[in-house]
This record gives sequence, structure tokens and C-alpha cells, in this order.
Amino acid sequence: MIDKQYLLDSKQMAHFVADGYLRFDELVPTALNGAVHAEMEDHGIGRGTAGVPLSEIWSPSSPIGSVFRLPEVQGIIHSLVGPDPLYDHHAVHTVRADNDRGQHWHADAIIDTRMHFDIQFFYFAHDTPREMGGTMILPGSQYRRVCESDVARYHNFLEQLPIVCKAGTVFVVHHGIWHCAQPNLTDRMRYMFKLRLNPTVRQMCLWNTDDIDDPSIPGILSKNHKWYGNDVRLEIVNRIKLWRFLVGDDKFDVGYWMGRLENLPENVLEAA
Amino acid sequence: MPQLRQKILVLYLHTPDLNSNVVAWSMYDGTGNTNPTTGDSDKPPYNTVVEAMQHGWRVVQFPQQFPAYPGMEYSTSYLRFEYILEKMEEIDD
Repeated sequence: MIDKQYLLDSKQMAHFVADGYLRFDELVPTALNGAVHAEMEDHGIGRGTAGVPLSEIWSPSSPIGSVFRLPEVQGIIHSLVGPDPLYDHHAVHTVRADNDRGQHWHADAIIDTRMHFDIQFFYFAHDTPREMGGTMILPGSQYRRVCESDVARYHNFLEQLPIVCKAGTVFVVHHGIWHCAQPNLTDRMRYMFKLRLNPTVRQMCLWNTDDIDDPSIPGILSKNHKWYGNDVRLEIVNRIKLWRFLVGDDKFDVGYWMGRLENLPENVLEAA
Repeated sequence: MPQLRQKILVLYLHTPDLNSNVVAWSMYDGTGNTNPTTGDSDKPPYNTVVEAMQHGWRVVQFPQQFPAYPGMEYSTSYLRFEYILEKMEEIDD
């Protein structure tokens, strides 16, 4: 059983629902970062079989196995996809030195209409300044129904977020978030370790819910990422739907956006 | 003898109004003088389509507007208000 102190809280979960990602700076200890960096350079991280429990993929003694057994990382995993999730796949993403082309924007996999969601870890084992990239993400893009590189025509968005970070930083993102590798103008190879996980339990109240009624949550769920333009209200509806799913409350609302639509009176007034 | 090459600017607007704010943008340069790519700027080159027109860009495509498919009223996907603009520039060949 995971210690409650490592679980996410409700406000963090609301940020995940609104933004599609959470950020944990310098979460992984320095020595472990160095070991994973070396492991990636040596092509030493074995590939697992999709659909196998994550706990069976890497031994506890391996550097990458140690990262995903850190109690802080276990707490993130448990909060979002529950205990003992399935390994989907991983990738050691690299951008070679002196590469001035950004990758095209894309969402991973294919159109995914589930309310249930997978998570992806983006783990940066070495310092990643802007001139090295890193991965660019588009906050709030996770609900858009697009198929992989269908969004490749776009170059820039208001509030796009390049992941610039110190070694040991971990991002966890909703499977649908748009992202692209950024140019690496340094003389060193850039690495990013990506891991996708699938839930095996209903994703409901898996985090520390002590602050479930925090009054800041509706405001967090109403954030405008600017690039939506006129679609921001539709995005808030998407977030309300996921929050209802996560907390198990089909009446939850923000700003009466859903309540108004669900008001379908059927009672007929008696004639006078 | 100078020849003309096309530059394409794609602007995505807050609303269909050509005076509304740019929320996303892309540039494609047929002159070969620049090599635009993802994440290469944090601010749009123009605030609106009309401002781009005032700087010599010609609008070559308007987005059509369609009502939402039944059942898809609350789904989001691509940016809907996409304007494509062009400018012809001389190159030394």
C-alpha cells in the first residue's frame, strides 16, 4: 500500500485535467539520473511486451527500474492510473547534436475516444536548456480528436511550453497531449525517456482526496490556454466530463456549463 | 533575372473575424531564405489577418464554417479559423 504522502492531491489532479500534464522538477536523484543516462547511451534499456504489468518489466536493480519504483513516482502512477498499471511501451527519444529542425506536432497513437486515459512519463535524465530542446508540449490539447500527425501543419501556438528543465525532471502527461521534439543546437545528444502506462482499475478517487472540495478547483478547471480561441468553453465542458468521471459525481459542474444543457424539464403544468 | 517564389503564412484566429487575434501560426518559405519549424517563435508575426494584409500578405483561403455533426457538438479537434496568406518574393536565380 502506497504511503498517502506520495499521492497527488485534488488540486494537482484538477491541473492535470485542465492542462493535460503535471511537472515535477528534479524529482529523480542525481546518481540515478547519471546511471539512466549511461544506460540510454549504451542502449541498455530492454523493451517489454505491451500489456504486461509494469512491475514485471525492469528489475529493481536496473537504473530505469529504480526510477519507476521511487515512492514519489509510484505515488504519481497510483493517483492517475492506479496500482500495478500495464506497460504499454517505452522509447528512448534522442535528438542529435546540431539539429536545427523541430519535429512536427503530433499526438501519440491514434484517435482515442475513451474517457479512461493512459499516462506518459517524459523523464529528462540530464539538464535540458532551451538550446537543447527539449520536448515542446501544448497544454490543454489532450481532448482534441486528432490522429497522430494530422496536426503537423501547425508550427506555433500561444502558450506552447518547451520543457526546459534540470536533470531528474519528470513530466507526466495525458495520452492525448500534443507534443514535438525541439531542435538541439548543442554539441551533445539529447535524451528523453518516455514510458506509456495503461490503467487496470477504474480511475476514480485514486489520489489523496482530502482536499476534494477545495474551492480553487473550479477555477483550475476553467483555465484558458489562449490557443483555443473561441473553443475555450467547449474545452471546459471536456474537463467537467473528465472530472465527473474521476470523482464519480455526475452532477459536478463549473460555471453552470453542463447544468444548463442538462435542464430538460418534463413536468407539465396543470391547466388553470 | 529575378524570379518570384511564394511564401505561405497560416494564421489561426480566435474567431472567424479577420480582425480577431491570432492564436496559432505557421510559415512556409518557398524562397529558401528561411527554414521555419515548430516552436520557433513565441509571438505571432501579426496580431490579426487584417494586420498581415496591411503588410502585403494576400489572403488566398478562408475557412468554411459547418454546423457540428450531431453528437459531435462538444468535441474539439483542429483549429477551425485557419486563414492562408501568401506573399510573392523575388529571388536571385
